[in-house]
Formats: sequence, structure tokens, C-alpha cells
Amino acid sequence: MSSTKLSHLEVVRPIVEKYAKDPNALLQILIEVQEILHCVPKDVQDYISKELFGKSRVRVPAVISFYSFLSEQYLGEYVVHFADNIIEQMLGNRELAARLCSKLGVKIGKVRNDGRVSVHFTSCIGMSDQAPAILVNGRTIPKLTPEKVDVIAQSITAQMPVERWPESLFVVEDNIRRSDVLFRRKIEPGSAIKACLDRAKAAHAPVALDEQLSPLPSDSDKTGLDHAAQETLAEMYRSDLRGRGGAGFKAAIKWETARDKKGSSRYVLCNADEGEPGTFKDRVLLQNYADMVFEGMTVCGFTIKAKLGILYIRGEYRYMKEHLDAVLQKRREQNLLGEHILGSPFSFDIKIHWGAGAYVCGMETAMIESIEGKRGSPRKRWPLPVEWGYKGQPTVVNNVETYAGAAIVAVRGGSWFAQHGTMQSTGTKLFCVSGDCERPGIYEYPFGVSIREVLRDCGARNTQAVQISGPSGMMLPESEFDRLLAFEDVPSVGTVMIFDKSRDMFDVLHNFAKFFQHESCGLCTPCRVGTTLLVNILDKFKKGQGSALDLEEIKNISQLLKTFSHCGLGQTAQAPFMDALQKFRPIFDKRLKSKEFIPAFSLNAALEEARQLTGRTDPGAFIHEDIAEPAH
Amino acid sequence: MSKKVSVATCSLAGCFGCHMSLLDIDERILDLLQLVEFNRSPINDIKHIEGMADVGLIEGGVCNAENFHVLKEFREHCKILVSMGECAITGGIPSMRNHFTLKDCLEEGYIRGVGIENAHIPNDPEIPLLTDKVYPCHEVVKIDYFLPGCPPSADAIWHFLTELIAGRDPSLPTELIKYD
Ligand SMILES: Cc1cc2nc3c(=O)[nH]c(=O)nc-3n(C[C@H](O)[C@H](O)[C@H](O)COP(=O)(O)O)c2cc1C
Ligand code: SF4
Ligand code: SF4
Ligand code: FES
Repeated sequence: MSSTKLSHLEVVRPIVEKYAKDPNALLQILIEVQEILHCVPKDVQDYISKELFGKSRVRVPAVISFYSFLSEQYLGEYVVHFADNIIEQMLGNRELAARLCSKLGVKIGKVRNDGRVSVHFTSCIGMSDQAPAILVNGRTIPKLTPEKVDVIAQSITAQMPVERWPESLFVVEDNIRRSDVLFRRKIEPGSAIKACLDRAKAAHAPVALDEQLSPLPSDSDKTGLDHAAQETLAEMYRSDLRGRGGAGFKAAIKWETARDKKGSSRYVLCNADEGEPGTFKDRVLLQNYADMVFEGMTVCGFTIKAKLGILYIRGEYRYMKEHLDAVLQKRREQNLLGEHILGSPFSFDIKIHWGAGAYVCGMETAMIESIEGKRGSPRKRWPLPVEWGYKGQPTVVNNVETYAGAAIVAVRGGSWFAQHGTMQSTGTKLFCVSGDCERPGIYEYPFGVSIREVLRDCGARNTQAVQISGPSGMMLPESEFDRLLAFEDVPSVGTVMIFDKSRDMFDVLHNFAKFFQHESCGLCTPCRVGTTLLVNILDKFKKGQGSALDLEEIKNISQLLKTFSHCGLGQTAQAPFMDALQKFRPIFDKRLKSKEFIPAFSLNAALEEARQLTGRTDPGAFIHEDIAEPAH
Repeated sequence: MSKKVSVATCSLAGCFGCHMSLLDIDERILDLLQLVEFNRSPINDIKHIEGMADVGLIEGGVCNAENFHVLKEFREHCKILVSMGECAITGGIPSMRNHFTLKDCLEEGYIRGVGIENAHIPNDPEIPLLTDKVYPCHEVVKIDYFLPGCPPSADAIWHFLTELIAGRDPSLPTELIKYD
């Protein structure tokens, strides 16, 4: 065994050294170890604990247990994850998974006896427009078919390394179906920063390097940088750009607050966690418009006087790693990142932090914890990240699409930007269309487009319902398709999942409920317990054992979740239930067995084990009538 | 004086601690008796509910067939049914056996245990047959109120009953459900 121990050490030591034993890098270290060893074994954990934390041995296992892509147990040479969002289920992912499992002789969630392979289900992996999709050793294979499953099974059986599998398996499409200002005007790398610096030149003094060396109070801003930052902020205000990550908070306010707060340093974080099932716009942006996103982050850094930006990206997008690293490297070579950007006194760089399978890490304070190498538990609400963010310093967190918008604002000006969209929702929005339609993909529209128009453009027919903004959003029936996609009517991160009349919305709800149950981080009781109770009730309905009291219970639990959950995950986990109860009531009614209450299980069956153990067959060993109707 | 409220109580898979707590209201039991009369209860050893009871207090969850029959009788003959104490509400201590199979539990107790003679799992029809798991009451019948605590304090029981009888919302104030 000593030889394997040595090789574990050989793997982990250079990784730990590369990150200079930085405790903040713990998650990144674990991800790299997992990628090579397909587990983080005990001896490696001990080593990392010792090197990073000295005596404390609790942090490492605590972090491993939090992220679903990390595991202490060896997962095999080949680790397969099937995305299991409702969209994949509608396209037969379960059958495909069963096919793969039977070809490989492996059970879902279990490592095969020879330790070579394991197959798992996971949440949406951001491929809803090319579902069903899987990850094999972290690499994405979209548009899975039975034929591809057979190729995969053969390759695994032949022990072929994933790098040598047919390239065609791994082709991820963009599927950009409609372009507007963002997609159409691919801005030149550097043009947004130049625009900012030009504003500095236009100010009273020229941008000069030597003058920056002795920092000047801002009222004698000889470099003009401060003035230029003010101007950029003013453009941001003029644009009225609102956050694209869901809540729609005005970016300019966030930027200004972070800029004004006292701190030893400031940070720019870009949220590319994109965990909301059915969402994939940030993937398409980073795949095709990474420069624009980094440019927007740099503009933010310029405005708030930050020196470091961090892109936090979900582990599911691992396949983009080399691409993103290359874009960043190129920007450094072009002097668009690094010291003295474009010869100005402004210095800024961007790093990438990877996630490891946790939806809650999209919540901004959980994300910050995750970047600090900890479990991704949401912090308490106050103080906000603009005041107390990464490393306790003022921090701006924006969505990928928000930064792309900011880059456009910097180049074209805020007033131009604000001409698009609606009064309260300026600019355009990327919509991720998936489900029952002919042309799933990305559609860019000015804000204010109606749901009906989107459905028409993507070739949706016989549509029964749409789920806007993912499971935490809104479930809308046909009668509401004339509503407008904008913050003033139907706000969203841009997710549009379509369900035609052949679908049972109960299955949709059930899938969402399990999603929240799985993704609840467990920190607070209302969410940890409530999400499970909601799943239990749906399980009961699914068995045809539903009762009126259970519907009341759904309302009670939903109210608790909404009111007492610690973070947005628990607060919104009840949303699809409330919508379904109000707008899709028949899915419950047709499964309702009793107006009062019936147990979810058979009491007589609950006695079976004891009957077997005792061999009893007397009348007392059976229960014939297990429903008790309340007295009135 | 108006008609007294009829209260029935029973102990299913519980330890009688909740009933002890009920008696712990001390001399207030005399005040209580002005307001209520006890229907079926271990306190008076009446075996079946006579007529209809207004309130039924259940201690303990369901661990065997007999528990179920009693609970069913209560549900059918009590206007308001209350899960009293942790065991009734969650299964409590007895439900710790839910982590094991019934077979393991019974074999540990009657076959593998220390000093056992004539080892066999009891199978006398007189003994209520065990359910595979211990169930909280609300998973078996509709429960109207939950009275938390292990056991609920005498004050909590007193507050709950008197408020309920007075026709008010019997919610417990924080100090009666704060345990640390
Ligand atoms: C459970 C949960 C998950 C979230 N996931 C994401 C996400 O994947 N991407 C994102 O940009 N924002 C997500 N958010 C919102 C962020 O907390 C934050 O508001 C957002 O990143 C701010 O950027 P914006 O103002 O540009 O929208 C999530 C929030 C919650 C409560
Ligand atoms: S609401 Fe859910 S996800 Fe959020 S902190 Fe509580 S348990 Fe965690
Ligand atoms: S709740 Fe506590 S006191 Fe009441 S029966 Fe259970 S263990 Fe005994
Ligand atoms: S310790 Fe807090 S919920 Fe159990």
C-alpha cells in the first residue's frame, strides 16, 4: 500500500505548493485532486489539513461533504453524471441511464465492483437546449442518444481514456437563435476600457504613469482616473442597467456603494454559477463573448478602484477551462489585464474560481464563502457584500450577463443603452428556451417581449405551460402568455422551459421539489426539513394517496419556507407549489383519494415483517381498515 | 354552570412522562376538574371512550397494532385530537429503532441478548404485533394540534387546555416552548 500512498502524495503535494498552502484555495485544491484521483482519500485529506490548517482536521472533510462533485470514496476511473432536470426526463434520460447502466453492469449511485465506473444523477448541467446531457469525468457530452450511449459503454469497457473518445461526442453547440444589441455588437477587446480611459484623458489632466506613483487624494485627481471613474459610473446610472442574475438590482447603485465603502481593497466578482435549472446563457456568453464579460469586470474594477476580479464558475462548465484560461492569458498579453492596463496607472487582474456542484453557491454570499475555500453556506443578510464581501472587503457581485451589459454601456454610453427595452427594464435580455419546441436555444430580445412571441419564434405548439426563471420562478398557464418578460411584469434570469399539453405538470412539480430538496444546504431547519416534507407529500400524491389535508399542509409548509428560511433558496422553493395549487389545481385533484386524511402507507403492510418473524396469522395480526375519519 | 368539557387521554408508544406532566399541574388539577371531566384515560382506567369526547390527548406514537386501534378510536370519537409530546409528534425515543430492521431489534432482544434461555421471538396472540417502524400520530390519522415538549411542561399543558376550553387560539407563548 505504501506505493499508492506515495503516489497520492505525489499528486497532492505539487497542487498544494502551487496554491502556496493558501487556506482560501482549499476548494480549488480539492477539485484538482478529485479530478486526478476521482476521490479525495483520507491520507490526502490529512496532508492538506496539516499543510493548510496545522492542527485543525475538520475543515477539509466539512468542505468535501458539502460539494456534490467531491467525494472521499473512490468513484472509479470513469465517473458519469446524468443531468436530471425535468427537460432531460422528458427526453428520456432515465431510459438512457438505464441502458448505460445495464451495458456496464453498474447500479445508479454505486461504484461497480471492480471499481472502474460509477453512474450518478445530478441537477441541470446547463445544456437544456441540447439535452439529454451528461458529464463524463467532468467533460460535457450533450445530445445523448442510445447510439452514443453504446459508444460510451464500449469505450469504457475497452478502458479507452476519455481524451481519446470521438471528438464529435463533446461538441457543445451555441444555438444562438435571435440576436440583438448584445450578440450583434461584439465589441473589440479593450474598447470598453479605452472608452473609460478616454474619459480620463478628456478630464483636466492627462493619464500619466509617474504621477500615480505617489497616491493623491481624490480632490486633486491629477491623473483624471477618479474623474473618469465618476463618468463611467454616471454612464452606468444613465443606462439604468439592472442585474441579470434574477433580482434585478441596479448595477450602478451596487458599484457606487462598494466604491464609497471603506476597505483595504475592493473586489469584483462575476457570478457564473448558473445553477438555476434550464439556464444556459452564461455558458453561451463565456463560450463566445468571454472578452466582453472580462471587459465588463475590468470596467467595474476601474470604477470601484479594485485590483482583482474573480470569475466564479460552476464545475459543470469544466470543459471551458482551457478556453477561459487562454482568453485571460491573451488579455494579459494585450495589456488589457495586469499592471498598468493600456499604459495607464490602472492595474487589474482576473482569476477563475471553480465550483463543485452546489446550486446554493449561486447565492452571492454563499459564493463568497466558496471562493474563500469554505462550505458554501449563505451568510447572514447584513452587512451586504458591497460592504463586507470577499475577505471582508467591499465587493461587487454581478451576473455574467450584467458585466457584458456594462461593457456595452462603457462603449456606447448609458443613454444609448437605455433606449432599448422598457422604462423599468432597459436593454436586452438573453432567454434560454428549452423543452417542447422546435428550436431550443438562446434568444436575445429587448425587455418587454411577450411570452407568446417567444413561443411563436421558437416553434412551440400546443403549449400548456411555461416555467419562467427556473424552478424558483413562475409556472404560468396559457391564459398568462400575453404577459411581458420584464422586471415590471414577469421578472426572470431568462429561463423559459416549455411544456406542451402532453405533459403532466405534476411531474414537473415533483422534479422541482426534488431539486430543492437535494440542493438545500441544510443550514437552516425550515428549508432542510420543509423541502423534504414537500417531496414526501408529492410522493404520497404520486401513489394516489393524496388527501385534502395534505394540500393544506403544502400551504402551511410553503408559508414557513417563505417566511423563515435563511436564504433565497428556501424562500423560493415553495414558489412552484403555490403556482401549481393556484393555476394547475387538477394535477392534485385527480390524485386526491380522500377529502379528509389517509396515511401515506398501509398499516397492514407495516405489520408484515412482524408477521413473518412471529409466524402469526391470528386476526390480531392484521389491520383491515386503516383509515380513521375524524368525528364531526 | 355550562356542561363540562370531556377530555380523553391515552399513552401509545410513550413512557407515561407526558401523563406525569399532566398530573404535575398540581393543585390546579382541581381547577381543571371544574372545567373538564375525564373520559377514557389511564388516570381513571376507563377503557373505552364513552360517547364523544371534546378533546383527545395522545401521548406516544404508533409502534404496534394496538396503538393503531386506540388511535383510530380516538380519532373517531374525539372532536379535537392533540399530539402531546415529542413521541406523539415525531415518534421520539421509541423511533430510534427505525434505524434498524425490526428483525435486528427483536433478535437482539430475544435471541442474541445476554442470558437468554429458550430463545425465540414472542408470538403470543395476546401481544400486540409490532409495526415495521414507529410512526408519529399525524402520519396515521389527522391531528388537529401539536403540543411540543418531552414532556410538555405542566404549564404548557395547562395553558393549552385552558385556552382551548375558553375557545381561544391555544398557541403557546415562546417561554413555554423554549427549552434552552
Ligand atoms: C439560491 C440562489 C441561487 C442563485 N444563483 C445565481 C446564479 O446562478 N447566478 C447569478 O448570477 N445569480 C444567482 N443568484 C443571485 C445572486 O445572489 C446575486 O443576486 C446576483 O449574482 C447578483 O448579480 P446581478 O445583480 O448582476 O443579478 C442566486 C440567488 C439565490 C438565492
Ligand atoms: S434556506 Fe436552504 S439553502 Fe438557504 S441557508 Fe437555509 S438550508 Fe441553506
Ligand atoms: S414525549 Fe417524552 S415524556 Fe412524553 S412519552 Fe415521549 S419520552 Fe415520554
Ligand atoms: S440542532 Fe438545530 S435543528 Fe437540530
